[in-house]
Amino acid sequence: MASLDLDYTLDSVEPMEPFDRGRRRKIRWGRGIILAAAALYFIIPFYAAMQFSLEDIQGHFSLQPLTELFSQPGFLSATWLSTQLAVVTMVLTMLLMVPTVIYVHLRMPRFRPAMEAITTLPIIIPPIVLIVGVLEASPLWLKSSPYLLALVYVVLAMPFVYRSLDAGLGALDVKTLVEASRSLGSNWFSTIVRVLVPNLRSALLSASVLTLALVFGEFTMASLDNWTTIPVWIAFAPTVNPRINTLVAMIFLLVTVVVLMLLVSFDRSQSRRTRSN
Amino acid sequence: MTDLATDTGTSPSGVRGEVPRPKRLAGALVRSIRTSAPVAPFALYVLLGLGIPTLVIIIFAFRSNAGHFTTDNMKTILSGGQYLTGFETSLKLAFVTSVASGVVGTFVAYAIATSKHDLFKRLIAATSGVLANFGGVNLAFMFIASFGPAGIATKWLASAGINPWNHGFNLYRFWGVAFVYMYFQLPLMVLIITPAFHGLRESWREAAENLGASSWRYWRHVGLPVLMPSVLGSMLLLFGSGFAAYATAEALTTGTIALTPIQIGAILQGNVLAGQANIAYALGFMMIVILLITVLAYSLLRRRSSKWLR
Repeated sequence: MASLDLDYTLDSVEPMEPFDRGRRRKIRWGRGIILAAAALYFIIPFYAAMQFSLEDIQGHFSLQPLTELFSQPGFLSATWLSTQLAVVTMVLTMLLMVPTVIYVHLRMPRFRPAMEAITTLPIIIPPIVLIVGVLEASPLWLKSSPYLLALVYVVLAMPFVYRSLDAGLGALDVKTLVEASRSLGSNWFSTIVRVLVPNLRSALLSASVLTLALVFGEFTMASLDNWTTIPVWIAFAPTVNPRINTLVAMIFLLVTVVVLMLLVSFDRSQSRRTRSN
Repeated sequence: MTDLATDTGTSPSGVRGEVPRPKRLAGALVRSIRTSAPVAPFALYVLLGLGIPTLVIIIFAFRSNAGHFTTDNMKTILSGGQYLTGFETSLKLAFVTSVASGVVGTFVAYAIATSKHDLFKRLIAATSGVLANFGGVNLAFMFIASFGPAGIATKWLASAGINPWNHGFNLYRFWGVAFVYMYFQLPLMVLIITPAFHGLRESWREAAENLGASSWRYWRHVGLPVLMPSVLGSMLLLFGSGFAAYATAEALTTGTIALTPIQIGAILQGNVLAGQANIAYALGFMMIVILLITVLAYSLLRRRSSKWLR
């Protein structure tokens, strides 16, 4: 320990490296073990399920489930329904959340804790309770439409859409941007659409992908509302081959993760910003 | 603007406020309505999509089948039997998974937050976002395919000589469900606790070290006290999300595990005696009460953590 302390005093000339090297190494080891264990927990089930769904009876790799998928009864209509719901949910969420969050950031910063509290509620209000209340409260014409689900999904999407937008706005100098735009004569609408939204691109994109993932994964409400979306299809589809259902579930997870990762790694604006912080 | 000017201009100390004060109040009211007007659509949406449905549940929870006010639904639940057991199991499951994911998630988040690779951090954040929302049927199918009795991972372990199913592991019972829940609880923890680590200022550590503190003492007296409210608050959120989850356990156990959300679902889908719908609302109401307490505790802890962390 004493030698390490000596090391430290020598090193402390360098302002960015307050740690001594020995501790650095220890931390790195600890970090490696923790991260590796977590990675195993997350990768093993995924990999195993992939292998399960792409293996034929003899245990050989086969892409046959993938080709059989599209001829499964109900799969295409479920995909179509989920896609429609996803589009409606995304459009509504953006129209509702983007102006509100920007406005709160600019004009009502005192309302921010309230916004945060409100958008926390959907994480913990049980979806099964919420959908029952929604079905009881909504008029018949709405109840018989699948878009009722989209309306509720907007509520479910609020927590991460709000957080993503809030973080995105926090990284911008919103005030200067808005003042510049306003003093150059543009109105609020074009300030939002042409100045703020392009700057929030990465936040908006990741919020959209998460919304997509939500709509393509939500089972509770869709099943209680009796609509066969993709997750409901996966759970109840009369397929001959259970591997196909697992395969669909895995494909959606894989696609969402890959798309988000691509977005994140190709997004240069964000990395420049975080580096300057 | 104008009423302010007249106000200061015409009123010497005593006469002030006969006419101008209500005017001023009204003006302030109009102004505050005008500033908060753009938030109205959002507020209305939350009211319709979250407030009214919750209210409906509360009203129905205290209604008899004939439509009168009654507390019988509550009495039925609280008198013991399957519904009380359901609450017990649900609370236990939420507690176990939130504490386990909370502790492990804090270490994982710390390991990530102290990493120097910016891209790595952002990739993890993106993946956590997806996994925290990955639940329900898809998650259940993934674990059945991997750790189910005929799952691939089970086969691997069996060929290594330790088939977990022969050693008391059952994916479809309490601990199996808890094991699966961590798959979305852990990323959720990483997601919500990470900002707290960014709030820990390097200067605090430097100050502690200059005063001769070891790493242990730094964490004991500075790091942990500052982080604790955030960690506990995040765990409360995990508790809430674990308590509220339905689809994962339902798809995994096909409803055989007695959790409150599953009991509600069973009643609503008519798998139980007819005329019990109000019991479902009463169960929902009690869940909301428990979750409300959770959120209140969470917001108290948040206020405390915002003292040090921005």
